[in-house]
Amino acid sequence: MNPIYLDHAATTPMDPEVTKEMLPIFEVYGNPSSIHSFGRKARQLLDQSRRIAASSIHANEKDIVFTSGGTEADNIAMIGTAHANQHKGKHIITTVIEHHATLHTAEYLEKQGFKVTYLPVEENGQIELESFKAALTDETILVSIMAVNNETGVIQPIQEIADIVKDHQAYFHTDAVQAYGLLDLNVNEISIDLLSVSSHKINGPKGIGFLYIREGVLVEALQHGGQQERKRRPGTENVAGIIGFAKAIQIAQQKREERINTYQAYKQSFVETLEQEAINFFVNGEWEKTIPSTINISFPGTNVESLLTNFDLAGIAASSGSACTAGSVEPSHVLSAMYGSENERTTNSIRFSFGLANNQDQIIEAAKRVASIVKRLVK
Amino acid sequence: MIYLDNSATTKPYPEVVESFRQVSEKYYGNPSSVHSFGTEAEKLLRMAKQQAASLLHVHEDEIVFTSGGTEGNNTAIKGIALAHQNRGKHIITTQIEHPSVLEACTALERLGFDVTYLPVNKQGIVSVEDVKNAITKDTILISIMHVNNELGTIQPIKEVGAIAKQHPKLFFHVDHVQGFGKVSIPLHDSGIDLCTISGHKIHGLKGTGLLYIKRNTTIFPLMHGGDQEMGYRSGTENLAGIVSLVKAIRLYFDHANTRTNHVKRLNEKLRACLSEINGLVINTPDHDYVDHILNFSLPGFKPEVVIHALGEKEIYISTKSACSSKQPDESVVLAACGLDKAITKSGLRVSLAYDNCEEDIEAFCEALKMIRNQLSEVMG
Repeated sequence: MNPIYLDHAATTPMDPEVTKEMLPIFEVYGNPSSIHSFGRKARQLLDQSRRIAASSIHANEKDIVFTSGGTEADNIAMIGTAHANQHKGKHIITTVIEHHATLHTAEYLEKQGFKVTYLPVEENGQIELESFKAALTDETILVSIMAVNNETGVIQPIQEIADIVKDHQAYFHTDAVQAYGLLDLNVNEISIDLLSVSSHKINGPKGIGFLYIREGVLVEALQHGGQQERKRRPGTENVAGIIGFAKAIQIAQQKREERINTYQAYKQSFVETLEQEAINFFVNGEWEKTIPSTINISFPGTNVESLLTNFDLAGIAASSGSACTAGSVEPSHVLSAMYGSENERTTNSIRFSFGLANNQDQIIEAAKRVASIVKRLVK
Repeated sequence: MIYLDNSATTKPYPEVVESFRQVSEKYYGNPSSVHSFGTEAEKLLRMAKQQAASLLHVHEDEIVFTSGGTEGNNTAIKGIALAHQNRGKHIITTQIEHPSVLEACTALERLGFDVTYLPVNKQGIVSVEDVKNAITKDTILISIMHVNNELGTIQPIKEVGAIAKQHPKLFFHVDHVQGFGKVSIPLHDSGIDLCTISGHKIHGLKGTGLLYIKRNTTIFPLMHGGDQEMGYRSGTENLAGIVSLVKAIRLYFDHANTRTNHVKRLNEKLRACLSEINGLVINTPDHDYVDHILNFSLPGFKPEVVIHALGEKEIYISTKSACSSKQPDESVVLAACGLDKAITKSGLRVSLAYDNCEEDIEAFCEALKMIRNQLSEVMG
């Protein structure tokens, strides 16, 4: 059976255009730090990519730091600002539904003597602004809240959060790994101080990401060494990777509207097909507040393990949540936060995420295969 | 074009680029995903790790893939320091390490660690006695590079390893970025606990590398998250990069076995040609060096000017490490050797690869002679 990939939130196939852009770069292999012209050529390519990344979020190019991916960007954003600003206070606010790159970093900072508030979320998957406001203290130095949750696709009210943090000493970091490419992220309109992006979630190569750091934000580097990335991230730059990433950014910018519409249509047909097949299911999180590419569905009377095993046998690649925790079948920490840890949704829900590897026919076909498996399992 | 800056970075092998392309296309799944796309990717990752382990004659669970040499060095040094600081806070390294080692140590000094930066002799080699004498009851880490990136000198790693073995409480890290594939060190039973390797210095891709971490060595991870790479290194694995790295290691080993004499001949030729140039001083000693790197000075001539003039003829060499520019004029490494300012401020480095040929060396020497004469005339 033809496998259908519905796990674009875990990782995406590389766009052939990206590969095409990268291959010739391996011939321009100079080290961007070398002073000869061969090195300078590599430097030019790097600068060009930095401008593309910067303009995608309306930032200055010198505020873009290329990293080895989303995890490293989140780690620099959190550990870097926590250490550099602890003289102002030692309180950090985040949420219980963050990616593990944020959560585990927050836990590490707790061990270092920082105090971390983990905000709960409502049933719709969003944090509640009043409790966020109440959590802010004079000691707060960092607020780290993801723009879009990776398991449910629920969009967080980052504009409102930014407006609240704006007049506070704390910096606002948003993990935009799942949002980037589909949401319009303007760091000036939304006053974001730090923003993490990963390349392999937008059809770019793996091993690359960027962190936006607003000018003036105090950040300590996580790694030490050469002068690369203005000392904020030393190490010989992965030139080809960065150029591939920049190409993926350009395509994502050009096709943003088109992709939003396509994925929204996929999501719609997926759900409609499930309805036509008359199976019992609930969508987790508030439909209107989710990004077009992701849907998280609860199938009452089933459990995640048997669903995923059967889906896989039927050629449907989906997941129970973050790929980083997918190896375990622990109840989803995100759904537990939304519905309570006793709720059966935490153990019978699946994330389907759409993207470049899909077409409309596949979506219908996938929904039919899913429906027939669910029917069989709930018998 | 004649590229003689292979210590800064190398041209990827075509086969390496091809593996990158193929894996990117065919195995795009996330190795942590449980569906077939993920398990296929995970299988490939596992195979790459097994292959790397067998090439290095170590265990599979001793290989941690990283984003490169800087990350490898930072992970090793800070990882050991932060995990074992309750035992002691003393670190031993040398004055001629790569900036990613030196700066990682400076950062640890700010956290209250005590770092001994051992000197080197005129040939740029650290003394084993000095290492032995520097060890105190508080020492938790020795970090020494195998081959120096500017001079090409080989450090007495085997001997230091033997000393480290006598002190089971301390860890020994080797920055093997420049030496890997050029000088061999068996990792097994060597006293070495951690060893850093970078992909782009051996015709692999930038953004790839690996860190050998001996079994039962606890380190504190630099990054927190999904606990990939056995928790040593969180973040979705760059599978295409990883597979291409292992390919590069295999090909580089093949070359090292078959073409050692070739580079040795190039080095001899280069030394012979350079010794004919008036006023030129060769800084790399005539013992304990690798054939790939030759450092020399043209006192009185600004290295940048020489490099620029060579660049116009499409010949590429360098001054010092591409990563160091703390003191823009002077080479920290040459200064550590106690050489005169005239020498340390005019250092140049030629670094060879297996694909360089004798004609490259001839053309370079001709060009250098001509440039030297022209510049002398201008400077009158």
